[in-house]
Amino acid sequence: MAYTEQEILTGLAEIVSEETGLPAETVLPEKSFTDDLDIDSLSMMTIVTLAEDKFSVTIPDDEVKNLTTVSDAVTFIAGAQS
Amino acid sequence: MTRPTLRQATGPAHTRILGLGGVRGELVVTNDDIAGPIDSSDEWIRQRTGIVTRRRAGADTDLVGMATSAAEAAVKDAGLTGADIDTVIISTVTHPHQTPSAAAIVADRIGATPAAAWDISAACAGYCYGIGQADALVRAGSARHVLVVGAEKMSDYIDPTDRSISFLLGDGAGAVVIGPSDTPGIGPTVWGSDGGQAQAIRQTHSWLQWRDDPSLGWPTLRQEGPTVFKWAVWQMAPVAQRALDAAGVTADQIDAFVPHQANMRIIDQMIKQLKLPETVVVGRDIADTGNTSAASIPLATERLRREGLVEPGALALQIGFGAGLVYAAQVVALP
Repeated sequence: MAYTEQEILTGLAEIVSEETGLPAETVLPEKSFTDDLDIDSLSMMTIVTLAEDKFSVTIPDDEVKNLTTVSDAVTFIAGAQS
Repeated sequence: MTRPTLRQATGPAHTRILGLGGVRGELVVTNDDIAGPIDSSDEWIRQRTGIVTRRRAGADTDLVGMATSAAEAAVKDAGLTGADIDTVIISTVTHPHQTPSAAAIVADRIGATPAAAWDISAACAGYCYGIGQADALVRAGSARHVLVVGAEKMSDYIDPTDRSISFLLGDGAGAVVIGPSDTPGIGPTVWGSDGGQAQAIRQTHSWLQWRDDPSLGWPTLRQEGPTVFKWAVWQMAPVAQRALDAAGVTADQIDAFVPHQANMRIIDQMIKQLKLPETVVVGRDIADTGNTSAASIPLATERLRREGLVEPGALALQIGFGAGLVYAAQVVALP
């Protein structure tokens, strides 16, 4: 069963909150992972890996650099669902 | 004419680590010392790596010298002399001679001649590869006392302007002696490789390319940091778990976890993935030694013992992983 973009956003916010300690409600679609949420490259890989597991998708390492905002990640995950 | 039946060697049923020793580069290099050329800071390096200082060897200290010092300490710790050592294995990727091996020279320097001697190239997994080889050699009857050394002078192969790996690296050598034991002291080695990811940790260009085009500069090391981080945590934690399973122990039955000292963030995530209880002591020598590749596990182990955090017979889960990509893990009883 495919997740909706809203479900992905909610789940991703929980993962980001767990990794960074930021409140999940602050993980909004327009937020930049690096500039707004202060997530470094290693934390980003942790988030990506947990998201892959949660949503049963593959996010190639080369793709991660293109995921600038939370919205970018939600869109990619939604599209990667088969 | 009937052919004779060959005799094949067999050895003792069990092996263990009999002695341990290590040396670190004599220079203490702070984050501030190296931050300038990578446009970084002490805070940035600490936050991303957990490294506060790294130990590096000066120009007058060479890899064979460090390996010899570590080897002598391990042989002495085992209550043996060089003459008792019949096999010398050195894991290194920074011995600056294509041939002869560092192992043959070290064997001679410690008085182990005519010990069998060779180097292995398994980067940061090399020490655990060596333990696997030594364990098998002794139990097969091919050797009795095997000296395994992880020795690196990484600082000869770094680029001060490289932001991917150079700032992590340190120099040192750690050594153990493996020999017969009345009780099991080395669990099965779980190991493997993934050459499809050879570019994840690499040398910038080959010696031949440098010879033909000196403008390329001295070859140095690079890594795809986030890729290696992901692989190290989520692919290697299951390998470590398999080593526990193969040895017949559970995470709450071991005394120490000594992973390759690649990055404190990797170590912290592996602990989470393995669900190690707080009772397990963790090797965190990277904080002030840096990443010394093949030397990092024996050096971290040496430190745990020196600081009284593990006692003889303590069970340690150790896992090496690095360029290749290659990996190896086993549970060992500490000397």
